[in-house]
Amino acid sequence: MSFIEAIDLVKTYSPKGSPQVRALDGLNLEVQQGSVTALLGPNGAGKTTTVKVLTTLIQPDSGSAFIDGVNVVAEPQAIRRMIGASGQYAAVDQNLTGFENLLMVGKLYHLGTRVARQRATELIELFDLVEAQNRTVKGYSGGMRRRIDLAGALVIRPPVLFLDEPTTGLDPRSRLGLWEVIERLVADGTTVLLTTQYLEEADRLANSISVIDNGQVIAQGTADELKASIGGLRVAVTLVDESQSENARTLLTRFGSGEQAILTGRTLVVPVQDGPHALAAIVSAAAEEGIGLHDAGMRRPTLDDVFLQLTGRSAQTDEAETESAA
Amino acid sequence: MTTSTSTTLQPIPGNSLTRFLSDGWVTTWRNLMKIIRVPEILLFSLIQPVMFVLLFTYVFGAAIDIPGDGYTSFLMAGIFAQTVVFGSTYSGSAMAQDLKDGIIDRFRTLPMSGAAVLVGRTNGDLVINTLSMLVMMGTGLLVGWRVNSSPLEFLAGVGLLLLFSYAFSWVMAFLGMSVKSPEIINNASFLVLFPLTFISNAFVPSENLPTPLRVFAEWNPVSALVQSARELFGNVPPGTIVGEAWPAQNPIATVLIGVSVLLVIFVPLCIRKFATISR
Repeated sequence: MSFIEAIDLVKTYSPKGSPQVRALDGLNLEVQQGSVTALLGPNGAGKTTTVKVLTTLIQPDSGSAFIDGVNVVAEPQAIRRMIGASGQYAAVDQNLTGFENLLMVGKLYHLGTRVARQRATELIELFDLVEAQNRTVKGYSGGMRRRIDLAGALVIRPPVLFLDEPTTGLDPRSRLGLWEVIERLVADGTTVLLTTQYLEEADRLANSISVIDNGQVIAQGTADELKASIGGLRVAVTLVDESQSENARTLLTRFGSGEQAILTGRTLVVPVQDGPHALAAIVSAAAEEGIGLHDAGMRRPTLDDVFLQLTGRSAQTDEAETESAA
Repeated sequence: MTTSTSTTLQPIPGNSLTRFLSDGWVTTWRNLMKIIRVPEILLFSLIQPVMFVLLFTYVFGAAIDIPGDGYTSFLMAGIFAQTVVFGSTYSGSAMAQDLKDGIIDRFRTLPMSGAAVLVGRTNGDLVINTLSMLVMMGTGLLVGWRVNSSPLEFLAGVGLLLLFSYAFSWVMAFLGMSVKSPEIINNASFLVLFPLTFISNAFVPSENLPTPLRVFAEWNPVSALVQSARELFGNVPPGTIVGEAWPAQNPIATVLIGVSVLLVIFVPLCIRKFATISR
């Protein structure tokens, strides 16, 4: 049995005035001990709902889940003694200082005041918050809040850590800092399940990726396995004129290895068999048909290609849309 | 990574009762820290009743003729009741805010007692209400309010007021967990609490009200609370006509029954609600 196992999870919501939403639609997931698994998917794919079920925050309508053999639904208190959870929005008390927040969490884990203090001090040092420790969290920057929240999830040094979009909304520097912390944790043997919309984050941190869409895991493997699974080299071209995209798509598909070329913005991507040959053929055919190209090139598949191929959408585009809508 | 230091992170021994008490104290401490760190909350919850005491005494006091010790003595029990009832709304907005901030999600992933979070919250209200009562009493004494009963009766009156507000805090906590945003709680509770406190004997004798309002006032639990406090503080004006409704005849019993009913219904409701809520 895997360390974390979710079997056929179903969770539906009925928002007022809208049709029922199937947030989880028979989701299956396996996470090996000591691994970092990323749940990768666009907003609304079911990532957060999966984490909420596994961290005992919500109960699934059906299906079951186990962490180290303990039933998540039947024994929530036992699960809570083995997990740490850090969310998308830093769940810290704004009116307490950083130190007090960690002390409170330690006391609520029943470590006793002395140990809770000791542990809070350790974590404050570890997360580089010594100078800010006696200020209320209200005055912290976004990155500092995220760090204190993550520190709160590590108070009992849990064997399993859930990180729900740990770096969403952070500036690139804070993101890099948080990645380093997560990497150190993993070196310590903590099993991590993280959700992310960032392909780069999954690529860098995770040794196993579950691509999730419409409440189901649609592919699982290492980043390399996923890239290999969708074939070899890609030819990507950027069009001068967007109105030629349909003709260009037909053209690329003709020289591809069988699958449709996928258009995002003015860029078309198609998997090919023989890279150099296909690239040359595409460029000369485009010139013949009068399709203007800004650039054309070969590249190895990225996680974004995986995502495109599996869902027909770009993970990044979805995210950008959601952010502009918010 | 420096987490490999030797601190053992095992829970200290304890049973579910000691755990509950410890968790309840930690969450109460958290709410008390909020009172200290955001003093405006306390300040406004103290200024408002003082303002009410002064406004009612000097604006209505001149127009309303109450036999015996006069309007101020009549008014004080009403202001006490109004203040503690409104004071209970903090639990509602604070629960809604905590839910929105995700701190409830944090608590719910910890191996702590969920009921303790609610106890800590309602305890926080109790502290604010007690402080408000003390400040109001001081103001009341300055403008001529006198207690004409034994110290024991006086303490019983104060206890009854706080008990009532405590039960109301649980009702509000439940509402706070049921709404989508903290603002809703404030607006909605004002809609309910203003009529509840004004259509009562809190500020004017209810015997002169038009019949439908008089009947409402006689059955209104706030009237029973006010009447109980007046009796226990020795502030009932001579010649008061007590309504025929059972609550008007038996105010203290009404308050005690009301408090018990609210607690019996809303404590379990709150605990059940808490066990499933998430942002």
